[in-house]
Amino acid sequence: MSTTSTDQAAEPTYDVRLVVNGTPHEVRLPARRLLSDALRHDLGLTGTHVGCEHGVCGACTVLLDGAPARSCLVLAVSADGAEVTTVEGLTEDDGTPQGRLGPVQQAFVDCHGLQCGFCTPGFLTTITAGLRDNPDPTHDEAREMVAGNLCRCTGYQNIVKAVERAADLAGRGRPDGDDARPADGGAA
Amino acid sequence: MKPAPVAYARPTSLTEALELLAGTPDAKVLAGGQSLVPLLNMRLAAPTLLVDINRLPGLDHVMAAPDGVHVGALARHSAVLADAAARRTQPLLADALSHVAHATIRNRGTTVGSIVHADAAAEMPAVLAVLDGHVEVASVRGRRRIEARDLVVGPLQSSLEHDEVALEACFPALDARAGTAFTEISRRQGDYALCGVAAVVMLDEDGAVASARCGYLAVHETPAVVDLPALVGARGPLGDDVVTAASDLALGVLDVEGDIHGTAAYRRHLVRVLTARALRTAYDDAATRTTTRTTAPTPTTGGTA
Repeated sequence: MSTTSTDQAAEPTYDVRLVVNGTPHEVRLPARRLLSDALRHDLGLTGTHVGCEHGVCGACTVLLDGAPARSCLVLAVSADGAEVTTVEGLTEDDGTPQGRLGPVQQAFVDCHGLQCGFCTPGFLTTITAGLRDNPDPTHDEAREMVAGNLCRCTGYQNIVKAVERAADLAGRGRPDGDDARPADGGAA
Repeated sequence: MKPAPVAYARPTSLTEALELLAGTPDAKVLAGGQSLVPLLNMRLAAPTLLVDINRLPGLDHVMAAPDGVHVGALARHSAVLADAAARRTQPLLADALSHVAHATIRNRGTTVGSIVHADAAAEMPAVLAVLDGHVEVASVRGRRRIEARDLVVGPLQSSLEHDEVALEACFPALDARAGTAFTEISRRQGDYALCGVAAVVMLDEDGAVASARCGYLAVHETPAVVDLPALVGARGPLGDDVVTAASDLALGVLDVEGDIHGTAAYRRHLVRVLTARALRTAYDDAATRTTTRTTAPTPTTGGTA
């Protein structure tokens, strides 16, 4: 970290290194730049959406060194050196330029888990980390997993189904995984 | 909804951090930022310098000792909540932590930060207060210990001086023959509570209540602790008359105010309902622990692992 101030009126800026979705970036930012804004404005990664900007809605959730965090409640300068995963980093490499949807993304498509899509990036990152910690959640655990994210379109039922569907999709890749649950999540 | 311009420093030693704080009267300490950054975003706070303590060494500990759980300034809520030894030593800590916001916030927010933020609606200041815990703070002038009862002096106001940083909070261990409970009501899960109650009930050798106290959040301008002598001598199941006498005592102390989320009358109603619920749960918890301790074939650790 180093500081530069070209004249007294100028706001000081700081060197910030971030590894975002595996790609290293170096940017020079004022201390007040939120991580959400650094991702969107400085790195051009507009998949991370900014809703309430005070930590309530969850739309801006990214994975910070693997753990979900509100990017609107983290100063980018304080995240210097961190690894960040945004929604852009959730696709899987299949040799095509755009990649293949990850299991959580595919589950949202299968279960109609999004309508306007504004809140979706925050849900996808949160659920990706949630299923990593708890690969086979109960229905109640699936609800709890998304309790910190707001959605004003869906009424949440299909999002909870998508959590369970994603667990099944991801489970197929595991040796002990099963794919018994249907696309409606089997919650009925 | 963007912070005002601010300078930033990320010291790597405590000495350096304390000198920065001493040299800048309106500097703020940044740890997890889950309370401070919203205030910065809304420009309710506009310090000239942020002293980021996230790279200070040796402050992220969660240590369960015989005297209690010691939580370092950089221990995240999620780490404290996940610590099995801490849960055994003082179960109230984990019970209450599961009500702190959502998992995503707990990943980043620190328990000590939440305490010195001094929000009367937050869980951790009330828990530290009902347990008679304390906070260790440091400044260039040296270190001192602040008892929980002296910590919160007003809404969002702690008794820390501007140049002091909290290093550790200590939550005393669960006493022998004691039980605890935490309960709260919020409009939505993870929201600030409309009312929350942390109860500690201690039994005598015959299984009657020896002492009882409740800590209250969100129904007083500071985290309030009320001793409840009305319960002394009572046995389970605790009757309506006993818990009503206890909530009468509490309501005599609490200055319950209404706001957009709930009227004062509704919050007083919640004080009654939750006091009864917390005391009965804490009594049962104490009774179960006492029974387990006497009848268990192998001696338990008594919660002081």
